[in-house]
Amino acid sequence: MPKGIGWRFGLIGIFILLSFLYLTPTLVPKLPSWWSGLLPKDKIHLGLDLQGGTHLVLEVDTQKAVEGTLDIVATDLEDTLTSKNLHFKRISRTGSDKVTLVLYEKGTADTVQKLLKDKYPGYEQSPLHDEGGFVALDLRVSEKDAQDRKDKAVQQALETIRNRIDQFGVSEPIIQREGVDHIVVQLPGIKDPQRAIELIGRTARLEFKMVREDISPSAATIPDDSEILKEKSVDPATGAVSETPFVLQKKSLITGDLLTDAQVRIDSQFNQPYVAIEFNSLGAKLFDQVTAANVGKRFAIVLDNNIYSAPVIRERISGGSAQISGNFTEKTASDLAIVLRAGALPAPVKIIQNVTVGPSLGQDSINKGLMAGLIGVVLVVIFMTIYYKLSGLVANLGMVLNVVYLMGALAALGATLTLPGIAAIVLLIGMSVDSNVLIFERIREELKLGKSPKAALDAGYDKAFMTIMDSHITTLITAAVLFQFGTGPVKGFAVSLSLGVIINLFTSLIGTKVTFDLFLHKGTAKKMSI
Amino acid sequence: MELLGKTNIDFIGKRNISFVISSIIAILGIVGIIQIARGAANMGIDFSGGTSMQLKFAKPISMADARTALHKHGIARVDLQEIKDGNKLLIKIDKNAGATVGKSADAVKASFSSEFADNPYVVESTTEIGPSIGDKLRKDTLVAVAISLLGIILYIAWRFDFKFGIGATVATIHDCLAMFAVFYLFNKEINLLFITAVLTIAGYSLTDTVVVFDRIRENLHKNLKGAMQTIFNNSINEVLSRTIVTSLTVFLAAASLFLFGGEVIHDFSLALLIGVLVGTYSSVFVASPIVVLLENRALAKQGDKA
Repeated sequence: MPKGIGWRFGLIGIFILLSFLYLTPTLVPKLPSWWSGLLPKDKIHLGLDLQGGTHLVLEVDTQKAVEGTLDIVATDLEDTLTSKNLHFKRISRTGSDKVTLVLYEKGTADTVQKLLKDKYPGYEQSPLHDEGGFVALDLRVSEKDAQDRKDKAVQQALETIRNRIDQFGVSEPIIQREGVDHIVVQLPGIKDPQRAIELIGRTARLEFKMVREDISPSAATIPDDSEILKEKSVDPATGAVSETPFVLQKKSLITGDLLTDAQVRIDSQFNQPYVAIEFNSLGAKLFDQVTAANVGKRFAIVLDNNIYSAPVIRERISGGSAQISGNFTEKTASDLAIVLRAGALPAPVKIIQNVTVGPSLGQDSINKGLMAGLIGVVLVVIFMTIYYKLSGLVANLGMVLNVVYLMGALAALGATLTLPGIAAIVLLIGMSVDSNVLIFERIREELKLGKSPKAALDAGYDKAFMTIMDSHITTLITAAVLFQFGTGPVKGFAVSLSLGVIINLFTSLIGTKVTFDLFLHKGTAKKMSI
Repeated sequence: MELLGKTNIDFIGKRNISFVISSIIAILGIVGIIQIARGAANMGIDFSGGTSMQLKFAKPISMADARTALHKHGIARVDLQEIKDGNKLLIKIDKNAGATVGKSADAVKASFSSEFADNPYVVESTTEIGPSIGDKLRKDTLVAVAISLLGIILYIAWRFDFKFGIGATVATIHDCLAMFAVFYLFNKEINLLFITAVLTIAGYSLTDTVVVFDRIRENLHKNLKGAMQTIFNNSINEVLSRTIVTSLTVFLAAASLFLFGGEVIHDFSLALLIGVLVGTYSSVFVASPIVVLLENRALAKQGDKA
């Protein structure tokens, strides 16, 4: 046995062993019970294009979050001023970044200015100005606070969406922030993408508002503090949708953030699902007060500006539980319960990218990709064997090693295999023999010069070395760039390509060389099959 | 077995022919890119924004019927494509036709469900991309292509010589342009996968060129006195069988992707096939002749001074 062959074979063997070790979870459908602890358990991740699933990019309307905060400030100021007996004409958000207070007299305005300074030190106050004979003043949110609010809104939206998806039950979802106001959501292998998308996209702002029965919805004008919202109901027999308008007080009495739980229950009388909700202590107290003060009146349960139901309050409800009924199916009720439990989004989200691949297409793609790969391997093997005879077999051995190592590396790194990734592997099959072709052509040249097989072999490897390095590095440069900018499938392609290139360097310089060395080490071989 | 014995082809001498061919290809490619920039080419929705759906019907469906059904439901600007294998229909709606993401796909589903009640379908894939994302992708892609070309020039310039760097870069750009030219002429869709294929071929074509350059450099060191043209020609001839064998194996692999890889990567593998062919051509007929041209010009300048 010549020197240096032992450790090289050892290295190749260890890598083969490792590759199969990491591939076992992928290849064996059910792992035996002793396969636990330190041994790898992760399968090769399949990209969404191969197993089906949905890739969403959401844009958070962060401006709305700022506006929402200002609305709360306006409501809070109304309450504070009222409780202090400071009379005002109007307090409301004006524009996207300020709250305007309109007061009756300068004296009140001075008190209010002081009060604002203490209560909202972070906001900028405008000087008092005249507005239609009244005294007005603006409270403007600072640029920094607005940015901060926007940032928090995206953060919060991310958490809320994560909660909803967890409860919806998707295995291995990916939910992450991208850039300033984008959120990427990947849901592998889901069967009902539309339902998931609706669940994620729903703002889920739950509000309880009093119905103004003294004003007709068809009235020409409605007061500033009221609004018209509609209750949608679906006729279970015909499926026809009808809308009933209601005039509601704009101000909401209780909001969804005071909930602690929401569950689907079935109404025993009508066998209809409804959502039972539980309030926290503050919510329970408010609910108790509101119902006590308004017995005999109607109040509306509003979700995202749609009225779910507008029941008459029959009696004071204490204890902190209530129910939302409507035309629910089992599914819609459970989705509503999920969004209520997970909380409202701080700002509406818009889906700006949605890539959904059905599971059948995914399976189809895997099958075809593997088929193409197999045929590619067979074609190259046949060609190399005919063209380079026994040496061609050695090159084929290197190529097979390449594929095994690459699959093992993909599994070990937890990389994701995508359809372009399979394409990259197939392409590598063609390119992996390139190093060997370079070497073989050199060897043929050397043999033609009359060198012995052993000498020709060494010279061939020596002279081809730099060329092989150069060609691999150039490919690696493009792969790195693809990885850097690529998303989804393109990234998968870059991963397979760059891993393949690095592995190929090893197999061509160590793997096939050692095989030749084993046969030619004595230097006595007279002929080489090449 | 050997495909080629010792060859002695005057590649450099034929450069005028190859330059004419390559110029035509390059001009077509540039036209294609300009059209893409103007939005006049067949842009995939990755870049332009819009909706694309792949539906699989239970029974064969005629494109005309499908179009009428969509028109009837208010989807006017739609691009339909039939996939023969298995009653599949590819529907593309550009961003101006449907309002928000999510709406066009629903509208398509609604119209087919009501018009073809007796021909059920499954949605195999849906892709909806908002215009803002399309813009971002387009910008990112341009930056990526620029960075990778720069990286390549720097590497070659460092490993060889600036003239070789120019030759390799021109050949690489030539191959990318050729791929754009073919895709533009055949009105194939320009999408992210196509760009991926272009960058892959840029890497491949460069590998091919580097192998030839390596041999040229080696022979230049051995033979300082010989005529530039002879050394270049000999080097190309010496590595010709390697060039052909490798291109053949890569071509075989890409061809099996093209034939058996399924419709999703059909165009992608077509781009690879074209790329392998032009990449091989350019490493022989474009890259080296350019270096000779530059070398001769440099020599002539020296001669003037002396």
